[in-house]
Amino acid sequence: MIEIICSGIGGQGVLVAGMVLADIAMEDGKNVSWYPSYGFEMRGGAANCEVKIGDEDLQSPYCYEPDILLTMSESAIDTFEERLKPGGVLLVNSSLVSPDRKYRDDIKVIKVPATDIANELNNHRGTNIIMLGALAGASDIYDVDHVRAGMNHYFDKKGKNNPKNVAAFDAGAQAAIEQL
Amino acid sequence: MNFKIPKDIDMTQQASWCPGCGHGIICRVITEAVQELGVSNKILTVDDVACGQFGQFAMKYNTVMSAHGRTIVTAAGLKHARPDCLVIARPGDGSAYSIGIESTLYSAIRNDNILAIVINNSVFGMTGGQMSPASLPGMKTATSPFGRDEKKNGSMLDITKILANTDMAYLARGAVNTPANTEKTKKMIKKALQKNMNGEGFCLIDVLSMCPTNWKLSEIDACEYIKTTQSKYLPLGEFIDKGGDK
Amino acid sequence: MAKVLMKGNEALAESCLRAGCRFFSGYPITPQTEILEYLCWRMDEVGGDCVQTESELAGVNMLLGAAAGGMRALTTTAGPGFSLKQEGISYLCGSDLPAVIVDVQRIGCALGDIFMGQGDYWQLTRGGGHGDYRTIVLAPESVQESVDLAYGAFDLAEKYRHPVLIATDATIGQMIEPVELPPMIEHDVDTYDWALKPREEGEPQRAIWNRYWDWEDGGRKYPAYCLEKYNKMEAEEQRWECVQTEDAEIVMVAYGTSARVAKSAIAIARKEGIKLGLLRPITLWPFPQKAFDELEAGGKVKAILDVERNILGQMKDDIVLATGNRIPVEFYGEYWDNMNEFKIVEYVKEMLGRY
Repeated sequence: MIEIICSGIGGQGVLVAGMVLADIAMEDGKNVSWYPSYGFEMRGGAANCEVKIGDEDLQSPYCYEPDILLTMSESAIDTFEERLKPGGVLLVNSSLVSPDRKYRDDIKVIKVPATDIANELNNHRGTNIIMLGALAGASDIYDVDHVRAGMNHYFDKKGKNNPKNVAAFDAGAQAAIEQL
Repeated sequence: MNFKIPKDIDMTQQASWCPGCGHGIICRVITEAVQELGVSNKILTVDDVACGQFGQFAMKYNTVMSAHGRTIVTAAGLKHARPDCLVIARPGDGSAYSIGIESTLYSAIRNDNILAIVINNSVFGMTGGQMSPASLPGMKTATSPFGRDEKKNGSMLDITKILANTDMAYLARGAVNTPANTEKTKKMIKKALQKNMNGEGFCLIDVLSMCPTNWKLSEIDACEYIKTTQSKYLPLGEFIDKGGDK
Repeated sequence: MAKVLMKGNEALAESCLRAGCRFFSGYPITPQTEILEYLCWRMDEVGGDCVQTESELAGVNMLLGAAAGGMRALTTTAGPGFSLKQEGISYLCGSDLPAVIVDVQRIGCALGDIFMGQGDYWQLTRGGGHGDYRTIVLAPESVQESVDLAYGAFDLAEKYRHPVLIATDATIGQMIEPVELPPMIEHDVDTYDWALKPREEGEPQRAIWNRYWDWEDGGRKYPAYCLEKYNKMEAEEQRWECVQTEDAEIVMVAYGTSARVAKSAIAIARKEGIKLGLLRPITLWPFPQKAFDELEAGGKVKAILDVERNILGQMKDDIVLATGNRIPVEFYGEYWDNMNEFKIVEYVKEMLGRY
């Protein structure tokens, strides 16, 4: 069973990143649940989704010991870092987080300047896709090519696949792989 | 004059209204209007809990008994299931203007293509003559024993003023205290049913109706009371009559 | 058919359409609102009617009219709105009218809060309206089960000419999971002879009203009629799922999302050698008495743990009734926080020390 929490601020696309992972799991024939939670703010507040993937029967949709934590804001790290499983992967959008920040030493921290990369690629709405690429690159649970194909399949099904997605995804994956 | 019992009136069942009550006359004019339009096989009614409920024994139409105050909204639901039928809701003034006022308003706002015939005797009849929203200023009822006091009880509700600015198809007030008024009321019902057949939308006819028992008047004096008092506060006439543009 | 990812609320709404439901009347309230929003565009596509009513009261009473006319009719709500539905549910029961009413449960009384909860068990199973009646209450634990139970709910309602309630919750309603959707069917409003249409000349008058008025001396025959109907429901409609109860010393009883978490708790407990099982009622009423009888006959159970997302352990009453006080029953609840399988296992360990 794999537990993934995607967390950030409403509008950054964390829920979509989680949906892509959920869709890949479904297409792979696995059990999956995607459960959203929000801060008390209606807009600009915390936005999280908890994705649980398994071969087994249905289980709790809540993630208490995530294997992977994809964060897109500093507050997301504040909220969820302590839940991460020892040895788990924490993906940090380092463009928005203080370089001096201290992390747990029993986890793998991958810092990707996703907001800066998105600016370089002139794809401001692609930050979540960059982080998704980084997740695929950083976690040994995922294969980069498989996630890229799954992402394209997800957006193609929706009938709106931005051609810039692949470049964003690959840039994120590359940035993560360089740190391994 | 040649009086005949309309074929849609059921003479085999007992409608337990008090002597002099207006309900029976209203049932007669409904059936006459329906028969004159030749639409007996299109009518469904929704009855209220309380005196109006006896109408289902007086008329032969197939009917749904709604919860008190939900007559009009339940009729709107029935219309969705049976769009080719003519659906008539028959609440009283207590039901339509007190507990059910939100649904009365919203059927007008949504312009539901149904007819509401509100039997308005300015009291809650079945429960023993309590004050209703349409009780007249100064009117003595079981719950306004010293007369309706606007400061204490709020002002009288005239539905024609409340619905005046909605886009409903037809809004009128008739009465059944005299043969002439009864005939006019029948014409209103026919007009409204015709509008429903045209798909024009919500029609509401407020019918002033005698309640000698709770008014504590004789049958004849109750008819006179409508003429001298009730219709002075609640004037008769047509208030909205949108031309059928559909 | 291929699976699709769908939000619980939307999948339930789609399933109702596919079951031939062509009428919805309801009011916005979190966490149910996606059903109303979904049906506001989707009903148009299938030629049905979706009405956003002025209140939940109007919603359920408009539904009564549509149901009387023979439509497969749906209304949905949550928590405070479910209180307002009670009048209509009582009238549907008294009038022998089938309809489906969904309560996407949230937490607490009064406003409570909009988040996950199982606050309405008593109201769902005891009948919050006036008079004595029962309603079948279906409690799915997943998006797929929401679809499956909703799809069959209309048949069940028509089988008994009786409203059927579906109790989901904020988590199941908001959660996205893969689902397989059933085929689309159309429902003819004239399928059943009780459905109201205008009287043809020469036919007897028909009314949908207090059902006992339909018989000579009906008032005296009605109690037996009701008892027969409810006894039949109890005999034929109990549904449940048992998970590793065969050797379990502690058996959790949980429904909906809490049952999902309980299943995760079993996985943890079993790794530690703790014999933990789950009895999941799928019908909250009729409560699965047969499952409890089998459990008791097995002779292994030391104690039962009622796991619910509320304060008072509303389902515990039914568990005690089902086991006749012969097995101790404890309650583990969460209110503010999500149900947590690790905490449940800790509680079970404490329990084992007591029995």
